[in-house]
Amino acid sequence: MDVSVKRESLEAMRVFDLATTPLRELNSALHTIAPGANDTNFEVVNPRGSHAVAVGIDQPVTVEVRGSVGYYCAGMNDGGAVTVHGSAGPGVAENMMSGTVVIEGDASQYAGATGRGGLLVIKGNAASRCGISMKGIDIVVQGNIGHMSAFMGQSGHLVVLGNAGDALGDSLYEAKLFVRGEVKSLGADCIQKEMKPKHLKLLAELLEKAGITGVSPEEFKRYGSARTLYNFNIDNADAY
Amino acid sequence: MSYHNPYTPPRKSATFDDYTLAEIRRAAATGIYDIRGAGTKRKVPHFDDLLFLGASISRYPLEGYREKCDTSVVLGARHAKKPIVLKTPITIAGMSFGALSGNAKEALGRGATIAGTSTTTGDGGMTDEERGHSQTLVYQYLPSRYGMNPKDLRRADAIEIVVGQGAKPGGGGMLLGQKISDRVANMRNLPKGIDQRSACRHPDWTGPDDLEIKIMELREITDWEKPIYVKVGGARPYYDTALAVKAGADVVVLDGMQGGTAATQDVFIENVGMPTLACIRPAVQALQDLGMHRKVQLIISGGIRSGADVAKALALGADAVAIGTAALVAIGDNDPHWEEEYQKLGTTAGAYDDWHEGKDPAGITTQDPELSKRLDPVAAGRRLANYLKVMTLEAQTIARACGKNHLHNLEPEDLVALTLEASAMAQVPLAGTSWIPGKGGF
Repeated sequence: MDVSVKRESLEAMRVFDLATTPLRELNSALHTIAPGANDTNFEVVNPRGSHAVAVGIDQPVTVEVRGSVGYYCAGMNDGGAVTVHGSAGPGVAENMMSGTVVIEGDASQYAGATGRGGLLVIKGNAASRCGISMKGIDIVVQGNIGHMSAFMGQSGHLVVLGNAGDALGDSLYEAKLFVRGEVKSLGADCIQKEMKPKHLKLLAELLEKAGITGVSPEEFKRYGSARTLYNFNIDNADAY
Repeated sequence: MSYHNPYTPPRKSATFDDYTLAEIRRAAATGIYDIRGAGTKRKVPHFDDLLFLGASISRYPLEGYREKCDTSVVLGARHAKKPIVLKTPITIAGMSFGALSGNAKEALGRGATIAGTSTTTGDGGMTDEERGHSQTLVYQYLPSRYGMNPKDLRRADAIEIVVGQGAKPGGGGMLLGQKISDRVANMRNLPKGIDQRSACRHPDWTGPDDLEIKIMELREITDWEKPIYVKVGGARPYYDTALAVKAGADVVVLDGMQGGTAATQDVFIENVGMPTLACIRPAVQALQDLGMHRKVQLIISGGIRSGADVAKALALGADAVAIGTAALVAIGDNDPHWEEEYQKLGTTAGAYDDWHEGKDPAGITTQDPELSKRLDPVAAGRRLANYLKVMTLEAQTIARACGKNHLHNLEPEDLVALTLEASAMAQVPLAGTSWIPGKGGF
């Protein structure tokens, strides 16, 4: 990638080269922005798989990461717009509160884990347990997702343009799942549900928010909780 | 001459005793295992099986009420910019709003603050009330991540990553629907009235290598200010302690099987995990082997009831202790004052453990607004403060008698054991001998 060209067009950006600058300086700078400040555009070069890049953002900053990151990039993001021009390791955008995180490449396990809000867009594939224990986050994956995705998902939406692996939505609570391709298997208490007009509208909005065009909501199937495991019953023990 | 067979009284089986028979009948009738709160009720080797030697010709004591015996403790100085400084090494263990009423959480915060110690959130997040009433508040980071958010992470004084607890190492939890009020449901992002499962392992890391990265992330989010504790149940204390230290923990919290829970299966509480006494020496050994004893602090919990227990835990190498069940008793749990109502629930004061049902007559393990009102958080907080101060004084009394001017100067050499089991577990000699099982010599 020609970083210099990009940098020229974004002169106001504060650039952190993680080959020469400690990660601490980047995250510290992101945490010391006064509300309403102007210098809110950041660029991170040479991330080289670093963990915990741009974590704990609590202001509406933009962060462009030029390369691939390790674990927990944009963890607990609250209001930032983070784009990773590469792939992301495990737990990207874990526990996100609000804002946007875009991964241009693939994401490893637990993408968007326990996220409470905001939008996570993964342009490639996501590995296993995507959206595990999600609590309000919206996740849009343009490729495929791995097994046990949305496990114990409480609320929010998971949209998958490709296929889903085994045990999708196992022990699901109220998270809503939309899959365009094949689902290898559904987890305990997860069932296919009718796609009503309100769901088509919701899905169209999610696709639009994620900047996805040329895909119709009618191409998706909806999955959700059968709610049979909501209160413990010994006769349901075989389901676990 | 006719022979008359003499009378022999009916004999009950030791294996199939009355309680066991009743449990079999209960399981057959209901089709479900018994769920309850609290920790193990079986008798296990404990601090009662240890005695202090006190001073003698070879050691001189310190004068009570005159010569200083320090009780303060600093927790988390290994990496945190803002370590915790406490007046007493007796802290309040993690207990959730949800499992406990708002008034109970407030009482714990008030009592701990008066006594100069910390209290801890639980599975369900941090409430404004407990933050407001706790001068020093430890924020638990649990597998469920109920109520987890970066704002509360930053307003906490320390972060405790919970890997396990003594009542159920390897187990998650379940807050049954009847305790899910609107507020509890909202804090946990789930509908009201449904059972809320707390996961048994973290959703975004597995193993010590991941834990190291998770700790680094939490430090980065909080700008390296907060001490990070790692809490484990009493399972493999040597390796769990060593791995927590390797992962970067500032403090290791080790909870034995007497440690309580809000609710889990009785079979789990009684059959999984090790007694507190068996956990301490291996954990201390791990710290010593790594050269980290007193650099990474060790907090011991599970069955701490008195200043003697505190002194014994510290003498075996702990830096501090945590109390849960005892703190609840101090604020009014299982108080005979409510005996009539305990009887209506089919139990008696001192045995009430259906904490998951939300019907606590004392207003502590409930979300029922009427029951909750029974607990005056100011008066209950005062009782807790009194209790904490008494325990601290008791521990000081023993330490002075052993000639120590700080509780941390107590040492295994000050102790003997009354039983072979306690001697082996605590690695102190059987009283009257120089023998420690497994260490050779007679």
